Amino acid sequence: MHVESSSAASERTRVHHLALAGNPNSGKTSVFNRLTGLRHRIGNYPGVTVERVEGTVKLGDGAEAQIVDLPGCYSLYSNAPDERIARDALLGLLPDSTPPDAVIAVVDASNLERNLYFVTQLMETGLPVCVALNMVDIAERHGKPIDAALLAEELGVPVVPIVARSGKGFDELRAAIPRAKVSNRLWRMPDTAENAIEGLRAAVEKTGMVPDAAVEGEAIRLACHARDEDPYLARGGDELRVALHKARDMLVEAGIDREALESEFRYALCHHIVERVQQSSPEGRNRSEAVDRIVTHPVFGPILYLAVMAVMFQGVYAWAGPFMDGIDAGMSWLGEHVAEMLGEGMLTDLLVDGVLAGVGGILVFLPQICLLFFFLSLLEDVGYMARAAFLADRVMRGVGLHGKAFIPLMSSFACAIPGIMATRSMDNARDRLVTMLIAPLISCSARLPVYALLIAAFIPKGYQGLTLLSMYVLSVLAALGAAWVLRRFVVRGEPSTFLMELPSYKVPAWRHVFRTVGNRGWVFVRQAGTVILAISIILWFLAAFPKSDEIAQEAEQRIERGEDADVVARWESGEQLRNSYAGKMGLMLEPAIRPLGFDWRIGVGLVTSFAAREVLVSTLGIVFSVGDVDETSVALRDRLRAAKLPNGAKAYNGLVAISIMVFFVLACQCMATLAVIKRETNSWRWPIFVFVYMTALAWVGSFIVYQGGLALGFGT
Amino acid sequence: MTEIPLPDGAILRTREADHESLADLVPGQTAVVCCVRQGQAKRRRLLEMGFVSGTELRLVRTAPLGDPIQVEVRGYQLSLRRADARGILVRSV
Repeated sequence: MHVESSSAASERTRVHHLALAGNPNSGKTSVFNRLTGLRHRIGNYPGVTVERVEGTVKLGDGAEAQIVDLPGCYSLYSNAPDERIARDALLGLLPDSTPPDAVIAVVDASNLERNLYFVTQLMETGLPVCVALNMVDIAERHGKPIDAALLAEELGVPVVPIVARSGKGFDELRAAIPRAKVSNRLWRMPDTAENAIEGLRAAVEKTGMVPDAAVEGEAIRLACHARDEDPYLARGGDELRVALHKARDMLVEAGIDREALESEFRYALCHHIVERVQQSSPEGRNRSEAVDRIVTHPVFGPILYLAVMAVMFQGVYAWAGPFMDGIDAGMSWLGEHVAEMLGEGMLTDLLVDGVLAGVGGILVFLPQICLLFFFLSLLEDVGYMARAAFLADRVMRGVGLHGKAFIPLMSSFACAIPGIMATRSMDNARDRLVTMLIAPLISCSARLPVYALLIAAFIPKGYQGLTLLSMYVLSVLAALGAAWVLRRFVVRGEPSTFLMELPSYKVPAWRHVFRTVGNRGWVFVRQAGTVILAISIILWFLAAFPKSDEIAQEAEQRIERGEDADVVARWESGEQLRNSYAGKMGLMLEPAIRPLGFDWRIGVGLVTSFAAREVLVSTLGIVFSVGDVDETSVALRDRLRAAKLPNGAKAYNGLVAISIMVFFVLACQCMATLAVIKRETNSWRWPIFVFVYMTALAWVGSFIVYQGGLALGFGT
Repeated sequence: MTEIPLPDGAILRTREADHESLADLVPGQTAVVCCVRQGQAKRRRLLEMGFVSGTELRLVRTAPLGDPIQVEVRGYQLSLRRADARGILVRSV
């Protein structure tokens, strides 16, 4: 496919498949986005759940190559799931995979020494490497500029200074990728250690477990770090085991601390290189320290933290209003015109009441979701998220959680699914499991439509913000409480290491922030367009069929008798609904949820919202036959306020609304969350556990709120 | 007496009795890593993050609630809990 025309070109490595590797916080994702533009394919590595993002990059010579964004790693030799995936991907050990043709190593220039540690490990895989020296502007501002040419000479691979935030240096990077080079191991251990490795090296080579060029690196890794249960050891057989024990004995006899051996000598090399290539002038200023003095101040730090959270919640609720009204009006206009164009009939009903109403009911909350993700990605981008975890760790530890759990749980405010996926950064399996089990309790954005509808309909103006905040506080308290209980009785064990980098503060890269907002918004819309739309249509069907002729006839008779046509029509649709499949399901549930203040219509919503919580809104829209798409949400609010029980009493009031919201805070009304937990834990045990414990918690919570409220005289 | 090679080539001679833990330092104090005493996985991660013997570090601050702590090591900022910092033995300079 690639015809090399010049003799110079034939010397280059032919690159069709690239891997992008780097430390967390090295700006790897920004580099990936810059290189690939908008064309991404997101999937999973076969057999495991670590996300695999692939794109196409145009190289300097005009050729195109596929590029895979590997998970961020501090080391290739650890046993954390992400780092093992990166290693396997580089060595071609994943099922049906081959090693990439070259690796682009993203390096944070403002944190050169530790980044080089990983780069030298990458070079020892025997793959051609090209270094993308990112954030050179920050290094310069800190008064620590790097001589990239000298660094290239030291490492023996191309080094291209870039700034992923501004796009500086990317033409040069594209040109340099085809010139990626294989380098040698640049550090040596004492002779005793080298001799010990040499014997093991031969044994590793014989097994063919890694590509030939990676044999030495693998021998060092095994000798220094492997335990007897190392998964790679099993591939080598007994001969390898014997060789490993021999090498280890040699190291022990020589009095060498084998676990520290590789790190000590590798860091000695990195330190040496940094001393040569990086200047350190006192003129540079690292403003991060000054900012940290305020952000982590004993008094101002927590105040700022609370202020940031408060702005986020109030902002999401209040600023989204005008956009929501706009979408609402737009969808109503569309529904009206579709109805006009098509005339009355089943298809029009389906389109307007099923499709448009369903999609509109979801789209209208898109502004809130985008705003929330805007705040989250902005805080992440400027570097505040790590400080937030630093401030919160002591509190998290109190309930047996890792400080790193803060970020997955914080992400769960948007959606538990990325939140649960974000737990992959946690090395300790138990910490990770507890975080996944409680993440669905954190109030996600899919609950917002439910809160928003009920708050707008039933909570007096002055208390609306407070009610919303209370729901979030309840969800956090429930999650922390659940963590404490789970840690104590279900997932016991000592907490693991809390090691978290505090990256320097950065001016936000708006492009990156908006891209994240766009991606998340798109994912939400796509969900609305598939799962939620499908449910809306099924629901419309469930709510519209079977049609009872008896009810229709009775309605006709009542109109002939001179009753008000509107009243009869409303009565008829109510009766038809009660008679429908959905109504029957809701009625079946009613005895179980009556003590919570819910009637059969909420029961219908509980059944359907298991697909996704926000479906409750479109379900209620259909249940209450809000056919008048002129003022969708307002009409629904009015219907909810006016809804009556068979005995004539109002079906819903403020107390019932709060009881419903509490139920939605605590219940796992989301099959996608359960599916993700199943995937991440690779067992049905934990998703079933989550569903059962959360539903029980929700029932008890709503029971206490409703019965307690009644006893105190509310709800009349 | 332990001999710890420092990055500049010099040798630091220390007695174990003089070692204190990273958790015992006060904000602003600098020290040199003597050894890391932790379980294998924790120890490996700490070594990978740069806490090898002879490394200079500085305790930058403690979090408002007293824990975790912020340490500057190899030119970057890292936060870790006191419980883990106790396994990092240092000699103040």
